[in-house]
Amino acid sequence: MIELESLSAHFGNAAALRDANLQIRRGDRLGIVGESGSGKTMLALCLMGMAPDSAHLTGRLSIDGRDMATATERDWRQMRSRRVAMVFQEPMAALNPLRRVGDTVMEPMLLHENLSRAEARARALSLFEEVGILNPEQRLRQFPHEMSGGQRQRVLIALALACNPALLIADEPTTALDANVALRITDLLQRLARERDMALVFISHDLAAVARATQEIVVMYGGDMVERGPTAEVLATPQHPYTKGLLGARPDPAEAGRDANGKRRRLPTIPGSVPPLHGLPQGCRFAGRCPVELAHCADQRPVFTPTEPGRGAACHLLSETGHD
Amino acid sequence: MRRLPANFLLGAVLVSIVVGIAALSLIWTPHDPQTMSISTKFAPPSATHWLGTDQLGRDVVAQLMAAARNSMTVALVAVLLGGSIGVALGLLASALGGWVEDGVMRLADLGFAFPALLFAIMLAAVFGPSLTNAVLAISFINIPIFARVTRASANQIWTRDYVAAARAAGRGRFAISRDHILPNIAAAIIVQATIEFAVAILAEAALSYLGLGAQPPASSWGRMLSEAQTLMYLAPQLAIYPGLCIVTAVLGFGLLGDGLRDITDPRLVRAR
Amino acid sequence: MAYFLFRRTLGFVLTLLAVSVVVFAVMNVLPGDPALTILGMDASDDALAALREQLGLNEPLATRYFSWVWNALQGDFGLSHSFRVPVSELIAERLPMTISLAIAGMLVTLVLALSLGITAAAQHRRGGDWGVMFLSQLGIAVPAFWLSILLVMLFAVKLRWLPPGGFAGWSDPVAALRSLILPTVALALVQSAVLARVTRSSALEVMRQDFVRTARASGLSQRRVLWRHVLPNALVPIVTIVGMQFAALVTGTIVIENVFYLPGLGRLIFQSIANRDLPTVQALVMLFAAIVVTANFVVDLLYVVIDPRLKART
Repeated sequence: MIELESLSAHFGNAAALRDANLQIRRGDRLGIVGESGSGKTMLALCLMGMAPDSAHLTGRLSIDGRDMATATERDWRQMRSRRVAMVFQEPMAALNPLRRVGDTVMEPMLLHENLSRAEARARALSLFEEVGILNPEQRLRQFPHEMSGGQRQRVLIALALACNPALLIADEPTTALDANVALRITDLLQRLARERDMALVFISHDLAAVARATQEIVVMYGGDMVERGPTAEVLATPQHPYTKGLLGARPDPAEAGRDANGKRRRLPTIPGSVPPLHGLPQGCRFAGRCPVELAHCADQRPVFTPTEPGRGAACHLLSETGHD
Repeated sequence: MRRLPANFLLGAVLVSIVVGIAALSLIWTPHDPQTMSISTKFAPPSATHWLGTDQLGRDVVAQLMAAARNSMTVALVAVLLGGSIGVALGLLASALGGWVEDGVMRLADLGFAFPALLFAIMLAAVFGPSLTNAVLAISFINIPIFARVTRASANQIWTRDYVAAARAAGRGRFAISRDHILPNIAAAIIVQATIEFAVAILAEAALSYLGLGAQPPASSWGRMLSEAQTLMYLAPQLAIYPGLCIVTAVLGFGLLGDGLRDITDPRLVRAR
Repeated sequence: MAYFLFRRTLGFVLTLLAVSVVVFAVMNVLPGDPALTILGMDASDDALAALREQLGLNEPLATRYFSWVWNALQGDFGLSHSFRVPVSELIAERLPMTISLAIAGMLVTLVLALSLGITAAAQHRRGGDWGVMFLSQLGIAVPAFWLSILLVMLFAVKLRWLPPGGFAGWSDPVAALRSLILPTVALALVQSAVLARVTRSSALEVMRQDFVRTARASGLSQRRVLWRHVLPNALVPIVTIVGMQFAALVTGTIVIENVFYLPGLGRLIFQSIANRDLPTVQALVMLFAAIVVTANFVVDLLYVVIDPRLKART
């Protein structure tokens, strides 16, 4: 349904995304994990045709078999909401504060599907029920500031589902939420994807959430896809040093990504921090922070090496053992 | 040294031209601006009269130069007068706080109900129209503007550590206002003064155009325009030059003010 | 909410009272003897005494002030000295002209300023943006009366499309509208310069917010995102400036009426100055100042209508 072939995004000389390859089919539930600056949001924006104007895109992106390289803004508008929809990170900021949430959710239905107001309202009501909003009738008339963060995120999910998209991208949908609200939103997304036979791309640095919601996982670092495979297997036996670092940074799987006070930790404890885009090494992006770094890692780019069907990583350690 | 912003540079150039011409008019104009000569009225531009003459044969360049001087003088007096009263009130409000601050700020609010024109109209009705009344009216509207800016900036400085240290050392509120507050808000006041200078030039021109400012025979861009308006069919060019002068002067001081603000307030530059 | 309304209304009434004190003081205390001001130095003592009696100048100041306010509240502004009719009649006769000009000017200003400001924001740092910024910088520096003269020279003197000034009354609506076109445009062009800038910067601020991305992700067109999502959220600072610009609009209307010889309140006030008609000037200045104060009061209330979040907070 959606195919990426060596899709890259450059800002000047700096690459925010390098040679991303991806295939998403109906019903797939894919997790994308990585720290801030790993390129995961950039990837999501590319899928929406919403990469910033200053980004130079290369490679191939096709949706429903159509090459989107030639797509105009108008073509993309036809795709958004109806084929691909997105839920953003900050539910507090992602809703227009001056509009009743019902009007916000109904707007794409009225525009894209020419529904009457009554039809749109009926659909909004059933969507609110589907995403677990209590008292939907009353909620439709409320303003965002009258709702909690979890409720707003549910509204945003309802908005994303308004025109029955084939793919739902959730970009850090739980980051701004309390722990147990985050858990329920994660389960909701997972359930919606299964019930609607809809593809889900779940972007997060919260490994526990990704583990709950997805079947497959892609680990990203510095704009590169460094490891991928079935979620359970990757989390159990990580092959890339970065993935190991991410997992090792978890004190306890159930408490993944949270510190002792139950607060969310933005960066797992891998030594150092993600360098700014233009400061990344040209070879393996992880060079410099990698505990098992080889001499040529910083200069030579590791190729993606499959280890078993549907599984693999981009690391010189793997490719070298593969050669031997 | 940071590169100076373009608006500052352009503003500085325009202001230099206008102020330079005004200053030059003190010692030299190509002709006497008031000398009439009916035989050469409506003369086209020539070597003797660079921009020609008006309906009374007066040299247009000489008049424009004298008007520049008058305009600068009015703006300078109005901004200095209104500005110093406003700054004093603002410092007082900030230093004393409490009901004094409230009172001064309510008075400032009240001042905003009167555009300069309304105030000039009242003064003209009572004392008859004159340039002095125009200056007073423009000064008056500057008081609340400066009072507000001063109080807002001064209140920020009062929270600084070195002010607390000075207070701990037993310095009085007025001494602190003079030695610590005023020097630290000077930049904000100068920026405001530059912008208000532009506003004052515009106000003087409007008041003189309406007959509430400069009275004959004093030269004023605004008055030249009101005379030119009655001669539109005969000599439309006379309605062009004074307007261009006003725009140059107002644009110059406005850009200079914006530029100064960009230079002195780095927060705004980054936000761009 | 009720407390907020009460406080704002009280502040509004107090400001109006304070304004009336200022106007009264300037017009009655500063001149010393208003009768002398009105009649001039060479008036006879009898005439002065008679005028003092007619204006009630023999009463104490406080009494005169309160009776002026009390009568004004009932629509009685006294007798115009020069026109020999009640000031209220003069005002009623000329008010429609001024109101039409001000409203037309404001509407054109809003349409122009919002379109230009939003266009500039949408084209941030590209051609349209620079163009709008340049024009507005210029517009701020151009005096309304000079722009009016230029418009008259072009459209009335040279092209002869529109009348150069004057107003023949509403009996011929087409002619009346034609006489209003140039004054309205002159008023609006200058007013919209400031407002377009404010709209642009406010819209740029809003466009950085997440919900704008949400709206785009819902497949809404750029146009719809800008006008239906960005603009309403950008309105609060815009409305503030519109309120503050009412002072400029009042000034602008007075000036423009005089440039185009339109028989409105702005013309009346200048005729009254020339005639030393103090009661009329006093009433008109009070009226204009009251309009400015009322506009700011209305703006305060509008915030609550625009932004439902404020309702909860106030």
